Amino acid sequence: MTTKSQAVLNWIDERFPLTSSIKGHLTEYYAPKNFNFWYFFGSLALLALVIQILTGIFLVMHYKPDASLNAAGVPVAFASVEYIMREVPGGWLIRYLHSTGASAFFIVVYLHMFRGLLYGSYRKPRELIWIFGTLIFLALMAEAFMGYLLPWGQMSFWGAQVIVNLFSAIPLIGPDLSLIIRGDFVVSDATLNRFFSFHVIAVPLVLIGLVAAHIIALHEVGSNNPDGVEIKKKKDANGIPLDGIPFHPYYTVKDIVGVVVFLFFFSAVVFFAPEGGGYFLEYNNFIPADPLKTPPHIAPVWYFTPFYSILRAVTYPLFGLDAKFWGVVAMGASVVIIAFLPWLDRSPVKSMRYKGPIFKFAVFVFVICFFVLGYLGVLPVSPGRTLVSQICSVLYFAFFLLMPWYSKIDKCKAEPERVNFK
Amino acid sequence: MNMRVINFIKRAAAVLLFAPALAIGAGATLHLDKAPVSTEPAALQHGAKLFVNYCLNCHGASYVRYNQLEKIGLSEQMIRDNLLFTGDKVGDLMKISMTRDDGKTWFGAPPPDLSVIARARASGDGSGADWLYTYLRQFYRDPARPTGWNNVIFENVGMPHALWELQGEQVATVTENADGSKHFELALAKPGKLSVEEYDKSIADLVSFLVWMGEPVAEKRKSIGTFVLIFLAGFFVLAYALKKNYWKDIH
Repeated sequence: MTTKSQAVLNWIDERFPLTSSIKGHLTEYYAPKNFNFWYFFGSLALLALVIQILTGIFLVMHYKPDASLNAAGVPVAFASVEYIMREVPGGWLIRYLHSTGASAFFIVVYLHMFRGLLYGSYRKPRELIWIFGTLIFLALMAEAFMGYLLPWGQMSFWGAQVIVNLFSAIPLIGPDLSLIIRGDFVVSDATLNRFFSFHVIAVPLVLIGLVAAHIIALHEVGSNNPDGVEIKKKKDANGIPLDGIPFHPYYTVKDIVGVVVFLFFFSAVVFFAPEGGGYFLEYNNFIPADPLKTPPHIAPVWYFTPFYSILRAVTYPLFGLDAKFWGVVAMGASVVIIAFLPWLDRSPVKSMRYKGPIFKFAVFVFVICFFVLGYLGVLPVSPGRTLVSQICSVLYFAFFLLMPWYSKIDKCKAEPERVNFK
Repeated sequence: MNMRVINFIKRAAAVLLFAPALAIGAGATLHLDKAPVSTEPAALQHGAKLFVNYCLNCHGASYVRYNQLEKIGLSEQMIRDNLLFTGDKVGDLMKISMTRDDGKTWFGAPPPDLSVIARARASGDGSGADWLYTYLRQFYRDPARPTGWNNVIFENVGMPHALWELQGEQVATVTENADGSKHFELALAKPGKLSVEEYDKSIADLVSFLVWMGEPVAEKRKSIGTFVLIFLAGFFVLAYALKKNYWKDIH
């Protein structure tokens, strides 16, 4: 480095921790060298967030959160989306990137969470990273739900109607609470405007804050790895973990490969199947919202369906309270319970590689149940389907609630001293 | 264990095993004919002409400007001469003068805007084009309806058969299937200006136009997409080589 640029850098460093931050988070942040396929999804989740924020900025320039009808009798909000699709230069691409980005974000986040489950990344000392992560997931669900109202199509409207009505099942405060959320007695222009505000300002701020906390906590304790052993236990003379490598350049160049592969599949959807077979953009949502015409079948977007199934699975009233209320409780609990994993898992080892057959079987059943619940969530109810979703819901909760017991009695293999690499 | 519990477990296991089968028989209520959708300019132009002549009186296409039709190979002058009737300018949106309230009074519901109808009508039964292609060919005479028309896949539809002078008049023989659903047998009672083949071809062109109008950028989107994927495939080779090179001394 020339003396001049060194001088500039020194000037900054005396006032802002630039060099030390770069070292602490990139060039001297030591990550385990044995990251595998599953470790791409953290950086990809960050990429998805950036895609959503950047495309969102441009969408807000042209989108109008207005439920009143224009001269042609179409809601202004709905028409403004079609205006973006047809008349804003490149608007169609920005919009498809955003709509596909939402689904991609959830796919990547689900895989990222599953990685945590596979390798015990939630275990001590990473409990806070996991809790921040669960909060990110919750914020993401709120963000997606409110964003989905904005195109003001039939599914936007009726999906919001169904979900906001759920809050009215809460005893005492329910009806007033749903009134506050809607800002009106029905989903209306007031709802659209407040959801717009939450979607573009409030929730993104929370999300970014939580993501920062998630990463700061991660860099404080260091990354877990597929073997679930702490690399900080074995250090060389300079205090550098023997199995650690600097995040930059090693994982930056590796993550670029992940980014390119991700973008390949992402672009394939954006350019060739932006509707995602009716799952990423629901067909009914090409019909403007009509408060007087309830669609025969209202299904939430695919990423909510496992939890929606759990909600619908509860069909018994209890303690004098509606089944709907208990459904809401079960749905809430099914998300919140994820945060408790660090204390539910009592296994002596972290990684699935060394866990015993019972735990492996439990995860297998859990994943199957999650998929079945997700699948049933898009379908209308029938007695047979309700029974299946009840069984899967019970198994879903059993996976968590019985974990302290089965993770303890399981026959685990011994963890290695050092990580396995090739 | 008591018998009830055992029975419940048996039943539950059976249900779980056959969970995938639950989906079958769920949707699939409409039988739709496959629409021969074309992206040929001639077909789209013919479709545009039919659309402007037969649809655009009651239905608007209020997100589409007339001059957008230059993208299907029409010149501004051709649009002016052949498609503009009401003193609209070539840069205007394809709106109609009928109000929503009038539409509601006359037809029971305001006729929907058709800009994105081909996307909205897609379902598990088939594409939006398939639905439209079937719908526009399956109107039949029904004296019980106020308009005198009914439709096989859209029962008690408010819309009269706007294309009757082309297709002619069909009558339906309705029989009941074993499962209680209706089976329709359509027969041409009074021929129209076009033969059956000509009418089907015209509807195919009209539907192709509606598909084009649903997303005018679709073809461009796919061609850009091809370049994007080729670029990313090439970039992958470089990114992978870079990674390999950096990682060669990690053991």
